[in-house]
Amino acid sequence: MNQKAEVEIKAPLAGVLRSERMPHIWCPGCGIGSVVTCFAEATKRSKLDHDKLAVVSGIGCSGRVAGYVNFDSLHTTHGRAIPVATGLKLANPDLKVVVISGDGDLTGIGGNHFIHAARRNMDIVVICINNFTYGMTGGQVTPTTPTSANASTTPYGNYEYPFSLPFLADAAGATYVARWTSLHSRNITQSIEEAFQKRGFSFIEVITPCTTLYLRRNRLGDGVDTLQYYQNNAVLKHGADTRETAIDFQGKIIIGKFVDREKPTYLDSANRCNTKFIGDDYQLYGKTPPEKEAEEAAKAAAAAGAPPA
Amino acid sequence: MSTTEIRFSGFGGQGIIRCALITGEALALHDDKFATMTQSFGPEARGSACAAQLVVSDDRVLYPYITSPSVLMALSQEAYEKYYVELCDKGILIVDEDLVKLRGEHPNLVVWRVPATRFAEGLGNRLFTNLVALGFFTAVTGVVTADAMKKAIPGWVPSRFLKINIKAFEKGYDHGVQCMSGKSAS
Amino acid sequence: MNIVAADPKGVDAGPHFMDGDHAIAEGALAAGCRFFAGYPITPSTETAERFAERAPEVGALFIQMEDEIASIAALIGGAWGGQKVMTVTSGPGFSLMLENIGLAVMTETPMVIANVQRGGPSTGLPTLTAQQDMMQVRFGSHGDYNIIALSPDSPQECFDLTIEAFNLSEIYRVPVFIMTDETVGHMHEKVVVPPASEIKVVERNLFKGPKEDFRPYGFDSQGGHPMTRAGDGYRFHITGLTHNERGYPVMTPEQNKIVLTHLIEKINGNADKIIRVEEDELEGAEVVVMSYGITSRIAVRAVQEARKKGIKVGSLRLITVWPFCEQKIRDLSSKVKAIVMPEINYGQIVREVERCAAGRCKVVSVNHCGGAVHDPMVILKAIEEACQ
Repeated sequence: MNQKAEVEIKAPLAGVLRSERMPHIWCPGCGIGSVVTCFAEATKRSKLDHDKLAVVSGIGCSGRVAGYVNFDSLHTTHGRAIPVATGLKLANPDLKVVVISGDGDLTGIGGNHFIHAARRNMDIVVICINNFTYGMTGGQVTPTTPTSANASTTPYGNYEYPFSLPFLADAAGATYVARWTSLHSRNITQSIEEAFQKRGFSFIEVITPCTTLYLRRNRLGDGVDTLQYYQNNAVLKHGADTRETAIDFQGKIIIGKFVDREKPTYLDSANRCNTKFIGDDYQLYGKTPPEKEAEEAAKAAAAAGAPPA
Repeated sequence: MSTTEIRFSGFGGQGIIRCALITGEALALHDDKFATMTQSFGPEARGSACAAQLVVSDDRVLYPYITSPSVLMALSQEAYEKYYVELCDKGILIVDEDLVKLRGEHPNLVVWRVPATRFAEGLGNRLFTNLVALGFFTAVTGVVTADAMKKAIPGWVPSRFLKINIKAFEKGYDHGVQCMSGKSAS
Repeated sequence: MNIVAADPKGVDAGPHFMDGDHAIAEGALAAGCRFFAGYPITPSTETAERFAERAPEVGALFIQMEDEIASIAALIGGAWGGQKVMTVTSGPGFSLMLENIGLAVMTETPMVIANVQRGGPSTGLPTLTAQQDMMQVRFGSHGDYNIIALSPDSPQECFDLTIEAFNLSEIYRVPVFIMTDETVGHMHEKVVVPPASEIKVVERNLFKGPKEDFRPYGFDSQGGHPMTRAGDGYRFHITGLTHNERGYPVMTPEQNKIVLTHLIEKINGNADKIIRVEEDELEGAEVVVMSYGITSRIAVRAVQEARKKGIKVGSLRLITVWPFCEQKIRDLSSKVKAIVMPEINYGQIVREVERCAAGRCKVVSVNHCGGAVHDPMVILKAIEEACQ
């Protein structure tokens, strides 16, 4: 990477990325960087308090995202980003918690957490960078690898049925479901912004190229070829029936916003239930930490300003 | 150091565990004794047989389980047959007279037969059988004071049923006192 | 270290007739725990049930997660979200938690985990007692690390030690374990909850300085490095990878040495401050019976019988099992003929005793497989044999 390019990248996203940690570990042509750029852009555009934004990721190439974004960030264990995010959100409901991780992490080893967080309508944003492969370990088959695609553990072609993640998220109860490819950066950014505004389990899938492993193993050319493939095969269909969003090997990719519905979040329901039981003075965690601090600060100010007795 | 080991037994749903909890709390919190209560858990606790054990002592209870009980309350035939053999010599056996048919005379035991279920039905519901039996137990064993028991009951029964539970306890207790004075242990 | 009185909201003061499981939940609430993520498993479930029942009135939150892996993961999130957190489980669930116990150790995340032990391996004896996870708690997660484990012998101690566990976890930023068992967990006894003003609670040491000075870690082989919580503006990063003081990955042997030394020595170096034991007539004893948890109560019975027979027998009860009281055993082993160690397992902590005694005295394992406590007479027999 030449220095000039680096400077150009740094400038607009300084503050939301940890520039001291660059260069990042991702391969040339990898789609993860595009998603991070979109995410960073969305955080800049949104009116969110950046101090209240937390990013959690699991393990794998996409799991490294948490290390590069300049927010409270937790790089956790394989598959466990969602339950960690759940704990974070529930411990401090003022936070906007975003999970960014990969397909193997979120829907393979972490699949159980994925469906249960969606079922509970946990108020978190989950961005799944789906490159159809376990990159960090060298290109193994994942739950989303299209049937017949080659992976290092399906060297003669994948004979399993893949998950369609929008369908899975929809069925499990997500309130916002969208899918894009890494070509659709403006749409990704916009979707993330929408998800930031949304209360509930928001799921955004981004189909991305893994140039080093998936593309090479399947003789699909380089990153540019993949973007060309996305260009020719992505079919925009907002509100599409998620049952029809399956992706065949090098087939059409239905993109768009599929689900956008309202229902009470886990905490809304918990608080309502407890208020009904305990009464109106029910308050989770008593005063929130900022409320407590504001109170203390006011007290200290009053004490300092008060004339000596 | 004086130690008393007590087993409450019957079938699930009779409130056997509650008997042990009430007695244990009465002893530990209101009678200034040490009491350790254990119970059967798992599938066996969900099925028909049900038992809870209480070790009562003037000093700290070390061994939490019972080895040689001196009191057995059995509110079912199965419980009676399973547990009466463990009772120590001159141990007290309390059975529901309508639910348990004794297998013999038990000359080595002090046997009390109480119409707990019948009394409970008389109070409107056989759900109060355990409290009747507990009242009777309190009167005839003297292990725990009635005062302490009445202080302990509120914590272990739904408040809307507290009055009737106390009534059931008193019914059994009074009957026990009567039996004791008439020496009608059979 | 900021020590304050307990928040009265969480303290149900007064005497109770309560089992160990419930006492753990009450101890947690008294210690200021306001977030509990758990998954049902016999014989620990009553703790979760009690917490769930009490949570709304205390302003705490209980969530039943989809499994034990999710439960402990949620604790890590919850702790970095600013709450004091806990979970409870038993053998199979504990096995599932092990990976993230490692993450909690690595990220120096305070939390309390109670293991109400039951007989194993595998599903084993779900409703029956055991002390078979005593080595697992110390060594079960992969890699080299250190933790603190306490072993209560009564419901009262379940309450007391849960508060202590929270305090230790805050001081040393380490997961602290309550290693109890089915017997104590399900045993009802009198539990006295003191008034809030008499309960000492260690508050989380939160960093307050300028943002550029914040470091989530300090590798000084001590506890007490301030942490932060999400939302406070310090933009922390934590990872399970070997990391520097900023929390950024640095994957070198040199850095691994720095991190590991810190993780292990912050406990070892403070072992004297952490370890609590209960001694009885060790002076002049020929034989010492060493035990922990429910077994120590059974052992006392044997000790009493042995004394009646004129045997000079002392007893040593481990309240803190990990870190292990190494120096105590080294000293003791040069003064006594034998150390007799009953445990409800095939001989686990006795290995530590053997290691520290190093042949200076006899070490007798009175092992006992899961499912029941010892017969005190078996321990007595071992005492008698040991002093011959």
